[in-house]
Amino acid sequence: MLDLYGTKLPSRLLLGTAQYPSPAILADAVNASRTSVVTVSLRREMAGGRGGEKFWSLIQSLRLRVLPNTAGCHSVKEAVTTAKMAREVFGTNWIKLEVIGNHDTLQPDVFGLVEAARILCEDGFAVFPYTTDDLVVAERLLAAGCRVLMPWCAPIGSALGPVNATALRSMRGHFPDIPLIVDAGLGRPSHAALVMELGFDAVLLNTAVAKAADPIGMARAFGKAVDAGREAYRSGLLEPRDVAVPSTPTIGRAVFQ
Amino acid sequence: MRVLVKGAGVTGLTAAFELAARGAAVTVVETRHSLGGNASWMAGGMLAPWCERESAEQPVLDLGRDAADWWDAVLPGHVTRAGTLVMAMPRDAGELDRFASRTSGYRRVDEDEIALLEPDLAGRFDRGLFFPGEAHLDPRRAMAALHEKLAGSGVEFRFGVDAKDMAGFERQIDCTGMAAGDERLRGVRGEMLILHAPEISLSRPVRLLHPRFPLYLAPRAGHYFMVGATMIESLSSGPVTARSMMELLNAAYSVHPAFGEAAIVETGVGIRPAFPDNLPRVERQGKTVAINGLYRHGFLLGPAMARRAAAMAFDHGKPAEHADETDCQRRSA
Repeated sequence: MLDLYGTKLPSRLLLGTAQYPSPAILADAVNASRTSVVTVSLRREMAGGRGGEKFWSLIQSLRLRVLPNTAGCHSVKEAVTTAKMAREVFGTNWIKLEVIGNHDTLQPDVFGLVEAARILCEDGFAVFPYTTDDLVVAERLLAAGCRVLMPWCAPIGSALGPVNATALRSMRGHFPDIPLIVDAGLGRPSHAALVMELGFDAVLLNTAVAKAADPIGMARAFGKAVDAGREAYRSGLLEPRDVAVPSTPTIGRAVFQ
Repeated sequence: MRVLVKGAGVTGLTAAFELAARGAAVTVVETRHSLGGNASWMAGGMLAPWCERESAEQPVLDLGRDAADWWDAVLPGHVTRAGTLVMAMPRDAGELDRFASRTSGYRRVDEDEIALLEPDLAGRFDRGLFFPGEAHLDPRRAMAALHEKLAGSGVEFRFGVDAKDMAGFERQIDCTGMAAGDERLRGVRGEMLILHAPEISLSRPVRLLHPRFPLYLAPRAGHYFMVGATMIESLSSGPVTARSMMELLNAAYSVHPAFGEAAIVETGVGIRPAFPDNLPRVERQGKTVAINGLYRHGFLLGPAMARRAAAMAFDHGKPAEHADETDCQRRSA
């Protein structure tokens, strides 16, 4: 079972709560996905927590683990302040840490990320850093106290899927015992299945479900893809080869010719 | 039949019209001292059910299809039937295809056709979607005109009054939005700007596709433009935030750089009442009929909801306990 900071979770899909057509559809999509963790943006979705209690109570009624995020923060100070506010508002020390380095691509500022992670880990937060697939940055995040890593596979909202599977594979190989969650860039269930086949522990996504024509159907599809990818990884995948290997012996055929 | 309408937003005004049209003696009470200041006052006034279908469910299209006809018939001269133009910045071209795949009632337009529709946008966008069946109006002028028309035909208006009881009235229509205190409702904050850009002329609302919320420029008389509207899960009616202002201005500037020279004549915030499915409801409980949850579709869905509420108010045969009518054919999970 997936273990994140000592919490055992039945599902390996984490789902964002932004941009759904309505809270009712969000709730149905969450149920269809069978996720056990939803992310919530204090800044982007709830005006910094002012007056958004109704939306929060709708999220609470889902009765799932909540992972607040620091979406929209561009500096260490903003991210730390937002994390502390989120701890008050949502009553959890879990924080998905985003420190954005580029407004346009939403690429993480990895220097600020490491610094903010260190501050928050020292303050008792369970930090889920949104990072790149860079191994040295990952090492620094672990040194700062993180026990989960969340590398992107493509820019946020791009729906490109894993653009550098080699980097993801090497990350998995490099950190065999750290829970690795692919965050951002997944567009299709097949993308989710692919990174799960690489041995990643879970995936986090939002736009691909929220902006689908039928978010409920898409949430269900992603839930199945994550399960399929995980089971395939555990079952041992056949490695590709360059030549054909028939599945039945051909020796006997010549006899009839 | 004497009917008390609570609230003089677009819901209350349209309900008052439908009730008066059926022969009711209507009194409208409003806690504010004038027509302004509510969510309707901050509205874009777009009668755009096909575009809204991109994020709204089917009932919004079904209920909003006839809105332009209703407003045109009730307030001749107020409705501009010039359609809607939907565009995206070149790097967001995929968004246009996504929008097209979620909607109907449009045709694709190229650079030449965009130039014909909106000469000021010539050469700025190479493709877009045109929704010819859509329309728009100026919400403030429409509300003022509807108020005047109703007052002239015998509907009594009391401003600055909070009606505590309904003594002397046989029916009450609650059109007070968030103030109705319905536990199921939540507020969705919308921020808007009004710009004055004498250099620019647009004939129809222009939507610019944006990854987080639909941004639009709705033209009003005299080169004024309403730019809206954010969608934030909050009841807070505090001032427009710098981020929202930047995003709204950025959208206007992207549509035409001359908006950089525009005067910002107003910023506004409206709190839209919404049910969890973002669909409106007309419900009857005893002598009260409540219309609520029109979300971002007050002018679009007001007429249809008003007709239902009026029919429900006059329908003595129905059980008085609870009646609910929404037409919500929600997909099942």
